[in-house]
Amino acid sequence: MSRLASAFQLARARNRAALVAYLCAGDPDFERSLAACRTLLANGVDVLELGVPFSDPLADGPTNQLAAQRALAGGMTAARVFELVRRIRAEFPAAPIVFYTYYNLVFSNGVEAYLHAAKEAGVDGMLTLDLPPEEAGEMAAACRTHGLDTVFIVAPTTPDARIARIAAATTGFIYYVSREGVTGVREQVAANIPEAVARIRARTALPVAVGFGISTRAQVTQVATHADGVVVGSVLVNCIRDHLGSPEKITARLAAVVAELAAGTQR
Amino acid sequence: MSTATAPSLDRFSLPDAGGHFGRYGGVFVPETLMTALAELGVAYEAARADPAFQNELRHHLKEFAGRPTELYFAERLTAHAGGAKIYLKREDLLHTGAHKINNALGQALLARRMGKKRIIAETGAGQHGVATAAVCAKFGLECIVYMGAVDMERQALNVFRMRLMGAEVRSVEAGQKTLKDAVNEAMRDWVTNVRSTHYILGSALGAHPYPMMVRDFHRAIGRETKEQILAREGRLPDEMIACVGGGSNAIGFFFEFLEDSGVRLIGVEAGGRGIRRGEHAARFEGGKLGVLQGAMTYILQNSDGQIELTHSVSAGLDYAAIGPEHAFYRDRKRIDYAYACDDEVLEMFQTCSRLEGIIPALESTHALVHGLKRARELTKDKIIVINLSGRGDKDVQQVAKILGTKL
Repeated sequence: MSRLASAFQLARARNRAALVAYLCAGDPDFERSLAACRTLLANGVDVLELGVPFSDPLADGPTNQLAAQRALAGGMTAARVFELVRRIRAEFPAAPIVFYTYYNLVFSNGVEAYLHAAKEAGVDGMLTLDLPPEEAGEMAAACRTHGLDTVFIVAPTTPDARIARIAAATTGFIYYVSREGVTGVREQVAANIPEAVARIRARTALPVAVGFGISTRAQVTQVATHADGVVVGSVLVNCIRDHLGSPEKITARLAAVVAELAAGTQR
Repeated sequence: MSTATAPSLDRFSLPDAGGHFGRYGGVFVPETLMTALAELGVAYEAARADPAFQNELRHHLKEFAGRPTELYFAERLTAHAGGAKIYLKREDLLHTGAHKINNALGQALLARRMGKKRIIAETGAGQHGVATAAVCAKFGLECIVYMGAVDMERQALNVFRMRLMGAEVRSVEAGQKTLKDAVNEAMRDWVTNVRSTHYILGSALGAHPYPMMVRDFHRAIGRETKEQILAREGRLPDEMIACVGGGSNAIGFFFEFLEDSGVRLIGVEAGGRGIRRGEHAARFEGGKLGVLQGAMTYILQNSDGQIELTHSVSAGLDYAAIGPEHAFYRDRKRIDYAYACDDEVLEMFQTCSRLEGIIPALESTHALVHGLKRARELTKDKIIVINLSGRGDKDVQQVAKILGTKL
């Protein structure tokens, strides 16, 4: 069983949702990013969604855009991202790590070579924001070859027939983005989540994680009632952003925030 | 004359149902936009086949935009070059000052047909933004234009024109603050407001159906050119030359001639300060295959796939990717590509103004630079048609500044 499947199964067995947490690799620099990822995984995060910084992240709001800019300015490259994964993998052999990325980064030096390197480093799955199933043939084949899971997005605008098609291309989990828009913290979670999750469940047995705009323990609990996984991102990236002047405080702050969010996953 | 014979192909068979021109194009967008793009494709196909839509579009192109535009014999530029006869297709004479109005009108009519009352657009030089602002004013649609902060400064006049026509211009501070960043921001807006909003993308770029649809709305340029040159000279031209940023004016100009293998077609990219990393925007000189903002095409990028900075004196050509259909016809050796650099462009900007009494847009001036080079190499019995895609009124302040002239 893949690390991803195990993580969702374990969470289900404990009657809670899996906590999927996003950080941008290399934000604000390599060592602090490693420390931040370590803090997440030591404080209740079940799946690490590692953003690969891209110059043109068109699905991301300002929080993640700026994180990517900090990481790139701090010298993150493809090779350094893989190195970061290797270091995390060495400390957390069972933790699933999913790349959250844009297709040009995977494609530019060859999909096959990139995924080979990702697998070697210890990556478990690929979520490629600008790669719908229609264009994902090469990616899906290479993921199969290397034993990597695929993660695809379902949006509120996705019609039912398309959900089935997306599910057919997915091996890891379905990521339901709970609202139209880009990533970022929101005051309230979308009201349509129960209905949307049911709509997806009717078409697939894959785990369903819900994300976009979830930032408080209460919101996590609200979503955990319905979904197999809850994705949090911008609230964690903000912990880094808010302590750029005193980076020694990042890990303590992250630890507190993540522990609180993780407590919300219990049903 | 063209030495390459075009392989036989049906230009109307492209793109395929998934928006592919061979390996180029396609639909590489976040899931939230997939349904909107599919709906747009269906709506566009229906409109394209609907004579009432086409008649209405023709009516507005004539009465509002000023089509057809003249094919003008540039007598003094011809004498200056001393070779082939040079004709200019006068898209600069269109309302709002460039070819962009062809597409803006078409897409605004389509948005109205789809019941979308909120329009967003990106703009680089400001010409597409101005055209979109104009059609939105005309049809009573809400209009928001995203523009890089750097471009807003170098095209301040166009910012004011847009605002005058009721558009909201939003400054984009991300990235290098030019066209590419404006497209990112427009796409973010569209992802957020997809149900109420139509995105009038301004070039033959992005995800399907945009490259096809934008091309189609500009095909009038080539259709008229063909009729006009046949009436004037009794034959087709030897060469046709257009500038290529995303490539909308060029593909509209060339499309009618793709099957006329005796007509050599040349697209001219922006060579900026020379072909060195970060100094230019010539995607076929140092770019490689990749995916940016919805399409697979040639892109200026580093070895990791991060998009490179670009530079051109003309904001409209200052962009890291080229329209996918151009990449396809380059592979087929049907369209050739060249580039012109900032200093040559600035000189030609003045030459054309002085010799013809026509101030060309800096974008179109790239085509003039290469067109005059070609004219010099050809004999006097040859004919070159250059697409003068826009007028240079918007550029005079910037050029004055570069030349050190106080206004």
